[in-house]
Amino acid sequence: MAGRARFVALGVALASLAGIVYGRNRRRRGHVDLYFEDGSMISLAGDSPEARLLFPHAADALRAVR
Amino acid sequence: MATAEQALAELTELSTQVHAATIFDQDGKVAASTLVGGRGDWLAASAKALLDAAETVRGEGETAVVQLEAAMPEGSVFVVREGVRVVAAVTDREPTAGLVFYDLKRCLQSVSAEKPKRKRTAAKTGTSGRPR
Repeated sequence: MAGRARFVALGVALASLAGIVYGRNRRRRGHVDLYFEDGSMISLAGDSPEARLLFPHAADALRAVR
Repeated sequence: MATAEQALAELTELSTQVHAATIFDQDGKVAASTLVGGRGDWLAASAKALLDAAETVRGEGETAVVQLEAAMPEGSVFVVREGVRVVAAVTDREPTAGLVFYDLKRCLQSVSAEKPKRKRTAAKTGTSGRPR
């Protein structure tokens, strides 16, 4: 029983760590979330070819404000 | 009902996350901006280019993009479209995206609620001038 609890605790710890790493990478790389008229949504990772197409325009918008 | 300027003033007062915002039409013509000089036009032009580029992600003939968030390490750009009106906003990094989208939609809706003035025309029949 104690072995099983330890196994579950280890699983939760690993999942939390994976979540933290994923979140940190996502923040560092950036992302683009697109919401469509039909209610669907696409999230593009910052290093994807589609996001690389969109980021120059977003960077230009940020420059307009700074 | 609010003018575009009033809607933006309310937006920046309510949303502390929004640093600057611009309302423009589908052709890129600016209706109001929190930025002065040509910076409002600059923000509108880049937001329109961003929206146009986003439309190509799914391919032609698919449903239109109605809102987007481009999150970068330096900050985020939000674009929300409703009908012919579009609002673009710039925030700091890691904003609460749901709240920003909500505030931007409310901003556009308050402008869209403004009804166009109708010309008064006399009714063809009758003497009262009121249509029956």
